[in-house]
Amino acid sequence: MNDFELSRDALGRLVYRAGEEAPHEVVPVRAFPIAAPDEGIALVAGNGRELRWIETLAELPVAARELIEEELASREFLPRIRRIVAVSSFATPSTWSVETDRGATRFVLKGEEDIRRIGDGRLLIADSHGIQFLIREVGALDKGSRKLLDRFL
Amino acid sequence: MSSTSEPLPVSWRSDLQSRLDGQETLLAVLDLDLDARLCFTPGVVALTERRLLAGDGSGWREWPLDADLALALRDHAGVGTLELQQQGRRIGCWRFTLGNNPAALQLFRQFEQQCAALAGAAAPASAMLGEPCPECGAPLAPRETCAACSRLEAVPPSTSTLFRLWRFAQPYRWQLLAGFVLTLVATAANLVPPYLTMPLMDEVLIPYQNGKPIDYRLAGMYLGGLLVSALVAWVLGWVKTYILALVSERIGADLRTTTFQHLLRLSLEYFGGKRTGDLMTRIGSETDRICVFLSLHLLDFATDVLMVLMTAAVLVSINPWLALVTLLPLPFIAWMIHVVRDRLRHGFEKCDRIWSEVTNVLADTIPGIRVVKAFAQEKREAERFREANRHNLVINDRVNRIWSLFSPTVTLLTEIGLLVVWVVGIWQVGHGDITVGVLTAFIAYISRFYTRLDSMSRIVSVTQKAAAGAKRIFDILDHVSNVPEAAQPIAPGRLHGRIELNGVGFRYGNQAVIRDLSLSIAPGEMIGLVGHSGSGKSTLVNLICRFYDVSEGSISVDGTDIRQFSIAGYRRNMGLVLQEPFLFFGTIADNIAYGKPDATRAEIIAAARAAHAHEFILRLPHGYDSLVGERGQTLSGGERQRISIARALLIDPHILILDEATSSVDTTTEREIQTALDNLVRGRTTIAIAHRLSTLRRADRIVVLDRGQIVEVGPHEDLMARQGAYFKLHQAQARLNEADLAQPSEESEQSVEPVPAPAREAVA
Repeated sequence: MNDFELSRDALGRLVYRAGEEAPHEVVPVRAFPIAAPDEGIALVAGNGRELRWIETLAELPVAARELIEEELASREFLPRIRRIVAVSSFATPSTWSVETDRGATRFVLKGEEDIRRIGDGRLLIADSHGIQFLIREVGALDKGSRKLLDRFL
Repeated sequence: MSSTSEPLPVSWRSDLQSRLDGQETLLAVLDLDLDARLCFTPGVVALTERRLLAGDGSGWREWPLDADLALALRDHAGVGTLELQQQGRRIGCWRFTLGNNPAALQLFRQFEQQCAALAGAAAPASAMLGEPCPECGAPLAPRETCAACSRLEAVPPSTSTLFRLWRFAQPYRWQLLAGFVLTLVATAANLVPPYLTMPLMDEVLIPYQNGKPIDYRLAGMYLGGLLVSALVAWVLGWVKTYILALVSERIGADLRTTTFQHLLRLSLEYFGGKRTGDLMTRIGSETDRICVFLSLHLLDFATDVLMVLMTAAVLVSINPWLALVTLLPLPFIAWMIHVVRDRLRHGFEKCDRIWSEVTNVLADTIPGIRVVKAFAQEKREAERFREANRHNLVINDRVNRIWSLFSPTVTLLTEIGLLVVWVVGIWQVGHGDITVGVLTAFIAYISRFYTRLDSMSRIVSVTQKAAAGAKRIFDILDHVSNVPEAAQPIAPGRLHGRIELNGVGFRYGNQAVIRDLSLSIAPGEMIGLVGHSGSGKSTLVNLICRFYDVSEGSISVDGTDIRQFSIAGYRRNMGLVLQEPFLFFGTIADNIAYGKPDATRAEIIAAARAAHAHEFILRLPHGYDSLVGERGQTLSGGERQRISIARALLIDPHILILDEATSSVDTTTEREIQTALDNLVRGRTTIAIAHRLSTLRRADRIVVLDRGQIVEVGPHEDLMARQGAYFKLHQAQARLNEADLAQPSEESEQSVEPVPAPAREAVA
């Protein structure tokens, strides 16, 4: 599966080369960022054309995999909420203080309808700027967080 | 503006200040809240006249400003990225959440200005259009509300919002005062009967038990007093309720009309961002909720408070000691009730939300019933509904457990309170401190107001709900239209239709949709606008109609900037035919005469004839009086389109906009519409957007747009000869036609255009 090459150019962008084709600047995109993050990754050119479909990252050589993972990490922003520390009010808009896998932050929840169930006890919370926060498993949160969350569900 | 991030610690700011030497000033500061790995970490990027500074946990870096430095700003999925590049290399990269985007834009613009100044060009005087937004610093056009801030809404509704309703209550202040006085008197009248039981007991009944004959005259007097006070309380209660209900109903109506009027004046951008249902609820049920709150809950609460205060005064005046014992448990009971109510409230709110889940299933399934049936998924939908209902039951069961306990608990608490009074009362009677009459009066008084405590405890939640409603209403009222009427509008009169676009730029949010576009259109000329979806065709037309205002440059008609015209007067010169014609509920004649309600029947018929609509209208059972629109006669797409063409013809505009007027119908119908359109276009300045290039054959000039810029201009033949972008588009379509694949709309325009479908319909 090593019929293409990935590298990083001076501007810090991923460049894709396959065979005789001219090199393309690409971005990796997960097809199912929430349901199956490790399966199905597309390398997409600047004009939106899919250049390469990767079934799983495991099939790639280490160097390419690392480049893709690095690029994904710097592009994907879906902080996972680990704990809800406090909410400013139970009426919306309400400011939430949370601990996520990417550190502690605060965001403004505009309305209860911005908390969406996406199956399997997962919740997707959109803040007032459209940033999405994920709760992987409501049941796995601590009791205090669940209690706060419960008031909005 | 760092709502999504921890505000920068003060030391950062002072650290930044200390790094500046005396002469340099901070031009722009961008607070960062993410690091390179997208973890929440504070940081800062700052710009002075001489250098760019960046600081984070690891220390400070700086770059002296230089002409070969360049900044790049982009965003993806809520994360903004600012890159510093030098000669094709990335030398710095910073991340932040989009809440900080206005600050980033500011920094970006200032940087470009400074670099341009360094490169020798005189720095542009100021790219800012007006005052910066006081909250986030983004430059604003004069009198515009900042889009980034108005979407923030970080403050939860507070009860004080309700005081803003005073603006609507003020016209009725005398009625309100009368209502208040009546409430006072009515409550006082209500307190008389228990007071009269005291002498009735002490002077009539107890002496009788002790062997004295009943003094019928005295008894009659007291009983008469009871009757009179009851009658007075009845009349006063009736008058006060009537007056206050009248007033609150009027306040509600004023609120609704004012909000709707204000809403109609807002720009299309506002409607683009809102759901129709949401706006309808705000104007409909929220005003109603406020109205009920004012007329019912607030009134009840005021009456209750007055009664408790007056009762307390009366009790103290009769016997301070017993009064103390009576009133002592009151706060405790009130607190207990409040706690239980509070828990119940959450439960009920939960029920509401679960209920909406149930209705969501219905709202999903019923409109999509054809799909459900076609894929034979009835069972699955039924299962989904059953599941939602089960969820509903579980939540309701939990609430009902508390709810069923509530009423008996209030009764129990009341009984305990009474018991305490009995105990102390009997003890006092035994010691001869008070008479039996006094004790009876006390019992009568307190049983009245213990029960009122329950209704009083409700005030907290209804006030919160009403405050939330009021806030949602004021959200609309506080929104300033970003297509403002000029301070001294010029009445445009009858325009000739010479349109000049000068360096027009338009940004939607932070995305540039139109860039530096210049075009001049002669009166009576027909311009065809073509380009891919999202190339800015509809936006350009919206700018010419002044549904939005340009961000940069200007549009002038007959030599006057369109921002100086009165909006209504200007739009009266525009005829608009949209892709999806919107028909209001009413007769066909009403719909044709929508832009000119005083049109004669002859004018309407002439317009319909010219639009080739006359004949099919006559075929309808009620001719021009047939009802159309929602709940009315169903018309085909082509028929509706011809009615909307007649509508545009009737106002005889000198400027005509055809926004994909024929793209939602089949080829045969298109031909019919095309002949109608040819009548319409004659002698008018016309701007036509078309998906099918064949419909633009008659255009004097064709303008090809790509990513908000003009790539080609010229007549059809010239452009074909040039073999450029237009030629390519034309070839692609010709191939499609040959392959007989030309479907009316292969791609949805709306997903890229800033104005979604409902908003477009609203202007039809």
